[in-house]
Amino acid sequence: MQTATIERTTCWLMRVMTFSIVFVIASIILKIVWNGLPAISWEFLTAMPRQAGAEGGILPAIVGTLYLVLGTVAVALPLGTGTAIYLSEYAKPSRFTRTVRLAIVTLAGVPSIVFGLFGLGLFVIFLGFGASIISGCLTLACMILPIIIVSSEEALRAVPQSLREGSLALGATKWQTIYKNVLPYSIPGMLTGSILGIGRAAGETAPILLTVAAFYLPKLPKSVFDQVMALPYHLYVLATQHPDAAKVRPMQYATALVLLALVLAVNLAAILLRVRIRKKHKW
Amino acid sequence: MKLAWKEKAIKLILLATASTSILIVAGIFVFLAKEAGQFAIEPGLKELLGTRWVPVSFQKESFGILPLITGSLLVTVLATLLTIPFGVGASVYISELARPTERELLKPFIEILAGIPSVVIGFFGLVVLVPLIKTCFGLSTGLTALAGAILLAFMAIPTVISISEDAIRSVPASYKAASLALGASRMQTIWKVTVPAALPGIVAAVMLGMGRVIGETMAVMMVTGNAAVITAWPFDSVRTMTATIAAEMGEVAFGSHHYRALFCVGIVLLVATFGLNMIAQKVLSKYRIG
Repeated sequence: MQTATIERTTCWLMRVMTFSIVFVIASIILKIVWNGLPAISWEFLTAMPRQAGAEGGILPAIVGTLYLVLGTVAVALPLGTGTAIYLSEYAKPSRFTRTVRLAIVTLAGVPSIVFGLFGLGLFVIFLGFGASIISGCLTLACMILPIIIVSSEEALRAVPQSLREGSLALGATKWQTIYKNVLPYSIPGMLTGSILGIGRAAGETAPILLTVAAFYLPKLPKSVFDQVMALPYHLYVLATQHPDAAKVRPMQYATALVLLALVLAVNLAAILLRVRIRKKHKW
Repeated sequence: MKLAWKEKAIKLILLATASTSILIVAGIFVFLAKEAGQFAIEPGLKELLGTRWVPVSFQKESFGILPLITGSLLVTVLATLLTIPFGVGASVYISELARPTERELLKPFIEILAGIPSVVIGFFGLVVLVPLIKTCFGLSTGLTALAGAILLAFMAIPTVISISEDAIRSVPASYKAASLALGASRMQTIWKVTVPAALPGIVAAVMLGMGRVIGETMAVMMVTGNAAVITAWPFDSVRTMTATIAAEMGEVAFGSHHYRALFCVGIVLLVATFGLNMIAQKVLSKYRIG
């Protein structure tokens, strides 16, 4: 009798723990949506900020984040998928392969602020790009590279060996096999990883803090060597650096909402895509 | 003949892209070590061992990183203590007790948490958690190590859950079946058989979570108050290594002692996370998890 009670209590305790996590996630999202929505207007999304961000909109921050994300993906995607194809299709167990894998695991664990220091040292100062979009994109690309590699490799490995063998047996070369028979089936899976990388790049603040982000710059960038504002950094500035933080609270919530909506939409797309792939390909 | 050349060229290109990861890792170590090395020559590494971090001063600057290390340690230890029960409890619940539909909903929902940008979590902490801590404990300010630890614990939870769940699921079903067949109850089986069998993986999961906690920057910078003091009291304000770099790098002169001292802090951070990750990966690959 007593065992049954203990049994049920423990089960409930763990259920409460799990759902308290769910509760906090939900309350973060709801709190920001609830307080942010009233402050969002067409003007907020399309106007330049005025008075150090206390009035006006956040257009340059939105544009800045979009540029950063696009640039980052343009750099990281070819490098990441290339590495994944090499590791999954070509690599033999060797010292080089082990080193590549070690490097990827290490990169995945490097703190984002350390990527910022690296970007500052290499791109901003050593290569002389200055605090600019290009420095920021290259830094963010280094950061999301492991995410893209790991998920792309997983997608490639999920393609059954028989598809490769069939193509090779018909006399196709290795690359023809990969290009015509492996990649078409793994591209959706590779996309999932890239989308997750995009979400990470859009939300990360620490690396761009040191390499690109402008504190307050109410104009749009003209070249890749310009500084830009970015959504996450703008939120940080409004929340902690603004002299009258309480007065600009609505602007803070609205900025947080735009950022959160962007990142969650991106992640949701990745999750839905993954569910679809699982349903479509049952090898 | 032409085809063979093309095949070789493609293989070479792919090999080159695969090498970039190695180059980036090497680059990170080289560029951090370059600045830190110059600090070692000029003021000397002994300067770092001091107990005062006063990088800007009219009399004498002091670059002792001990308060920053203890600040990061305090926040990390507190966050880990909070993460373990929630992370392990939730992963056991999700993998062993939840109904299939419940599991299919819980997993992506917690995955969403991993996607929320740290600056948004920091903002939530600033407007909700910090005032809450202030009133609950009657403090003069809620910007404390505790606030940072709670946010960080929360951010480490998705990592801990996803890896410990893998570990729990890779426990052979025959272990559980044997335990149940001997008459053990469901909870007895979970706590005496499944969890102990998955323990190495759970430990590795917690270590990877800790790696994330030490390296986290924005959330912690927004809520811990950033006072560079040596303390072990959760209700004091602390300044972590990450927050120091992020907050001060914008204002330092390139090539100054302060600039180089911040790179030294970066190295300490890199070595700490690298160590934690390596040990965790060793454990995971030894037990073939994930």
